[in-house]
Amino acid sequence: MERIPILKMGDSLLVTIQVDMHDRLAMTLQEDLTTRIVQHRARGVLIDISSLEVVDSFMGRMLANIAAMSRVLDAQTVVVGMRPAVAITLVELGLSLHGVRTALNVEKGMQLIGHDRREDDTGAEREA
Amino acid sequence: MTRTEQADIAGVLGRYEADILAEWLRIQQSALRTHRVDETELRGQAREFLSLLRTAAGTGNVEDISTREWEDVRRLLEDISRARARQGFTPSQTAMFVFSLKEPFFRHLRHEYRADVERVGAATWAATVMLDRLGLFTTEVHQNGREEVIARQQQEMLELSTPVVALWEGILALPLIGTLDSARTQVVMESLLQRIVDTGASIAIIDITGVPTVDTLVAQHLLKTVAAARLMGADCIISGIRPQIAQTIVHLGVELQDVLTKATLADAFAVALRRSGLSVQKAEKGRGPAGSGAARGDQV
Repeated sequence: MERIPILKMGDSLLVTIQVDMHDRLAMTLQEDLTTRIVQHRARGVLIDISSLEVVDSFMGRMLANIAAMSRVLDAQTVVVGMRPAVAITLVELGLSLHGVRTALNVEKGMQLIGHDRREDDTGAEREA
Repeated sequence: MTRTEQADIAGVLGRYEADILAEWLRIQQSALRTHRVDETELRGQAREFLSLLRTAAGTGNVEDISTREWEDVRRLLEDISRARARQGFTPSQTAMFVFSLKEPFFRHLRHEYRADVERVGAATWAATVMLDRLGLFTTEVHQNGREEVIARQQQEMLELSTPVVALWEGILALPLIGTLDSARTQVVMESLLQRIVDTGASIAIIDITGVPTVDTLVAQHLLKTVAAARLMGADCIISGIRPQIAQTIVHLGVELQDVLTKATLADAFAVALRRSGLSVQKAEKGRGPAGSGAARGDQV
């Protein structure tokens, strides 16, 4: 069965979505990801969508779902590498992915997760 | 409209072509004294128009100039009208080309059928209708030509008026000047997002000092741009909010709570520097400018 690979980088997980999503694939990804977060005690999830040219409302909802699930398991989700055209489309659709953090590329996404953790460790107030 | 009148019109146009042309040119030249019109060009246009008009009036319906028979006449008028619009003629001066034909043409109609008053009346009426339509058509084309110029200039302004400037490594600024409408927002959004990708910037400052009014629609456009930039992973700061605009925003009940807003571009830039871990300090006296500028701070 088709699966989306999940890579472990330090204490973060990297998911690169390169194919069109459909229900089954999304379900499998959610299942795999939650399992891996618990298994590796991951603190961050990076979802790289830089190779996606089309993001529809289904995809938007799935990203929001993954973010919510990760948050329950105490892991930060960062969506990285969204293309300008995709961003405009999502905004026009009214899906601004509230509650999902974003970064320009994987590198910046990793920095964001690391940065947040340091703030957590020092007990500083985290920005909402 | 019977065939007789059309035949009369075409007949008079054909028989007295040279006379009508000469008189018509004289009237046109006296009317267009202020503008320098090339005489040979005008003569060429007038002669071509008369011969095309005769053919069209002979075959087509003089009451409807949108048919195929009138195609050549329409094309000629379009060319003349566009050329005159470019040369700065007024619409009436342009329409003059057609309307000034009435005087010599009607005189010849009257003269030709002076024995039959009814016939003169009917033919004159048919010719008036025809020439009026052609004249209005000319004005319309003239107007369209002007509108095309306006549309082109608007497009040029749109492209000129949305510069995205890099203030510092990783900090972009977008000074907006003029009213924000949907088309402009689209251009602004696209150029901003593209620059974010190109430069890898993480903070974008949208400065609205030059935006004259902010209504709910403009606010919505701004929020869309901010949301799109956020999806790309860049934070937006809106700056340059004038006191009146702050009042308007609150009175309209626009929610700008998710967006960081600052009164001036300088304030926004300071925030952006701080967020990037940079700080600006005064150079010590006696030392060169090398010590000034932004230095990487220790605190994050």
